[in-house]
Amino acid sequence: MGKINGIFRYQKYMSFFRMRFLAGLQYRAAAFAGVITQFAWGFMEILVFRAFYEVNPGAFPMTREALSSYIWLQQALLALFMTWFLENDIFHTITDGGIAYELCRPTDLYVMWFFRSMANRLSKAVLRCLPILIVAAFLPAPYGMRLPASPKAGLWFLITGLLGFLVVVAFCMLVYIATFYTYSPVGIRMVAISMVEFLSGSVVPLPFLPEGFRQLIELLPFASMQNVPFRIYSGDISGMEIYTRAGLQLFWYIALVWLGKRLTAAALKRVVIQGG
Amino acid sequence: MIEVQHISKTFQVSRRGAGFSEAFKALFHRQYECIKALDDISFRIEDGEMVGYIGPNGAGKSSTIKVLSGILTPDRGTCSINGRIPWKERTAHVNEIGVVFGQRSQLWWDVPVIDSFELLRDIYRVPRRLYDSNLEELVTLLKLEELVRTPARQLSLGQRMRCEIAASLLHSPKILFLDEPTIGLDAVSKIAVRDFILEQNRKHKTTVILTTHDMQDIETLTKRIILIGKGKILMDGSLEHIRKRFSATKKLTVEYRGKHIIPCDGMELCSSSNQIASFEINPDKLGVSDAIAHISSQVEVRDLSVESASIDKIVANLYQQYQI
Repeated sequence: MGKINGIFRYQKYMSFFRMRFLAGLQYRAAAFAGVITQFAWGFMEILVFRAFYEVNPGAFPMTREALSSYIWLQQALLALFMTWFLENDIFHTITDGGIAYELCRPTDLYVMWFFRSMANRLSKAVLRCLPILIVAAFLPAPYGMRLPASPKAGLWFLITGLLGFLVVVAFCMLVYIATFYTYSPVGIRMVAISMVEFLSGSVVPLPFLPEGFRQLIELLPFASMQNVPFRIYSGDISGMEIYTRAGLQLFWYIALVWLGKRLTAAALKRVVIQGG
Repeated sequence: MIEVQHISKTFQVSRRGAGFSEAFKALFHRQYECIKALDDISFRIEDGEMVGYIGPNGAGKSSTIKVLSGILTPDRGTCSINGRIPWKERTAHVNEIGVVFGQRSQLWWDVPVIDSFELLRDIYRVPRRLYDSNLEELVTLLKLEELVRTPARQLSLGQRMRCEIAASLLHSPKILFLDEPTIGLDAVSKIAVRDFILEQNRKHKTTVILTTHDMQDIETLTKRIILIGKGKILMDGSLEHIRKRFSATKKLTVEYRGKHIIPCDGMELCSSSNQIASFEINPDKLGVSDAIAHISSQVEVRDLSVESASIDKIVANLYQQYQI
């Protein structure tokens, strides 16, 4: 009985998810422009890394095939894993007081926004990922996208991909919630985004960072985002390491959600609905 | 039943003068002022009552509505609505209330209104049959047949407001809070919205609390008025009572043929031109019929009308009297 009730409890959030997802699918022109940008970006990155490789192949910490898959996955799934993919609507509801209506609903604000962010990202990713993946699959080696290193790698790519996605959303929730405390979200966004861009491996894959420093940041929540699934896919992370990384992802997911819920509850106690 | 006791809420407002140097100073030393938005508010509203909550801008009307709907936690005081404390049991509480904030929108901007309605159905977990019958009733009464299939962004203000009100009633709330529901509506839409609210109250015994600046709303909808100013409740009484107390005077306008009319004690000439004169009559001193007799003894009356002071005027007087 308790379990059935639990499922019903999430049904309303699923409707919310569906609504946001369908709304997100409407923006075809934006998706088309996005696909073009991401192709250009992906090619550029691959060429830059090719230049590095030709200077000193011995210093290259990943195989070139693994790197190409990493870059194409990153470009195709940009909407899922990029922390700068934030929803302006959520910032606006806080800063202009539209949140009044959201608080009049029998829903948990945190859960509702979490589902909303997931839906928004997924709808964008669905529109963008296929063209990129298909074209990348037909590019010649070592520049193209390859199949997963093994069936096991494929499976764990999906599992850690989901976990990484949840960590990204949970992190972004903290950025949204911070707006309750600072009023203007711009500062926090700038700092959070540029820091995370670098630490999550979206500028350069983490294996390229110097020893010592790298070990440290691999423990941070940011390394539990795209870094894990993309490297498992091409076999750059394999064996037992897969499980420790997935475990760390799970830990960060739970920790970030816990923190986010705590901060939301505290914020709502002192919330002032802006604008009359 | 709504019972509010000694609710207070203070906001900190940062203030500074205009100009560059003031803005620069505020960077280092910010001056805050505490504004008492609500100052020891108490009242009690029975089930099925319709109450007009009025006061000038910034009096604390919206803050009260926010406290009652559970989205604002007061600093002091208690409030119990159907046995619950709104801000402590927010989720259970909001299931039983409907709220319309006239200045905001709860409809999804880009999708047809009916999609927003279905989302609300899922959020409130309204049973299918109840939802269908509520929707049918709302669509008929508010004339929404065409509108519900249109995206919210393409509706006019009045059309959207009708949809907003429908959206707040899909889950059959027992209490309806309307925060300026007729703001910006044209005459036809206003009348439609008012008739609808009256009907809801009559048919479903919905308790309605209404804030508005439109005194026509108050006049057609509510019997009881709570007047708030500077965060305090200044008066709580029936519309009739207020009318009697604050606008005893009547306005008498006559169209006549003859020479000037000389007013007697208890009546005062307001304007006179072109054989039309209007007088203000103080009924404590002079009955209306005596006034008419007095006039017709002097001139030949061709047409005549008696009006009570408009409610707008009464309220303006009230605000003035309480200096709010």
